[in-house]
Amino acid sequence: MSERAQLLLAIADDELVLGWRDSEWTGIAPFLEEDVAFSSIAQNEIGHARALYELAARDLGTTADELAFDRKPEEYRCAQLVELRLPDWERTIARHYLYEAADADRLGRLKASDDEELAGLAAKIDREEVYHRMHAEMWFDRLKDEPRFATALDELRPLAAAISDPGLRNGHTPELAELWEVMTEVRRSQPAGTTW
Amino acid sequence: MAIWEVFRQERKGQPLQHAGSVVAPDERFADWYAREQYGRRGESVALWVVPREAVHTIEDFVDELHRNYHRVDGYPLKEKLKEARERAGTTASRDR
Repeated sequence: MSERAQLLLAIADDELVLGWRDSEWTGIAPFLEEDVAFSSIAQNEIGHARALYELAARDLGTTADELAFDRKPEEYRCAQLVELRLPDWERTIARHYLYEAADADRLGRLKASDDEELAGLAAKIDREEVYHRMHAEMWFDRLKDEPRFATALDELRPLAAAISDPGLRNGHTPELAELWEVMTEVRRSQPAGTTW
Repeated sequence: MAIWEVFRQERKGQPLQHAGSVVAPDERFADWYAREQYGRRGESVALWVVPREAVHTIEDFVDELHRNYHRVDGYPLKEKLKEARERAGTTASRDR
């Protein structure tokens, strides 16, 4: 697999899996406006994953859907940070904050890349990510003096480096396989004779 | 948490109209939620986000003497003219 396809998949997998994890807050976020906001962020991430998978799919002679849902859990290239199921708000926000910071760094480098297609897509994605960063930063400012939030940041920070540097990714958490079961269930259940 | 009233402008040059409200812990959150709920589908070119306390409500409009000539819709000249003509014993000329 080309280096470009590997990189595209690493980022797309991050965005898809994080989008899924963030969407787990839909309907149960701390208050209604935030529920709408965080669900929208989750949906944006999945939209970014789709665009990245489409580019990778063209290079690899397959489709975005097949890349997103037809690989085995161990074939995904996402970082461990996005895999974790974090059913408490302070850890979710800590991850959001760490991810957005690392993602900004990553997108900054992609935008400067000689690969015009990649640089163009990165610029497009970054125009939405600006608002994600704004959201992450306002939550950071709001929670920064809470000891539980500080603990969550300390706990998750070591996993953040692998977001901007896919070379640091080494294996998956057991939570990815659990997520994969749910995430691909509908697609795998395809009744005989139908195509998606 | 506080309530912010959101006004949106659909196209440049048009007046801003009340769109709805958002509940938020502070001004930054209010702006973000307003953008999310009233701007991100291309339905607005501008928003005003105003704390509800900043809005003055006026609901008393006293008009004890029924001075309806103050109202743009409301001075029924036709009726008054008819009464005056009756008093004077004349009728409206038909050939006008």
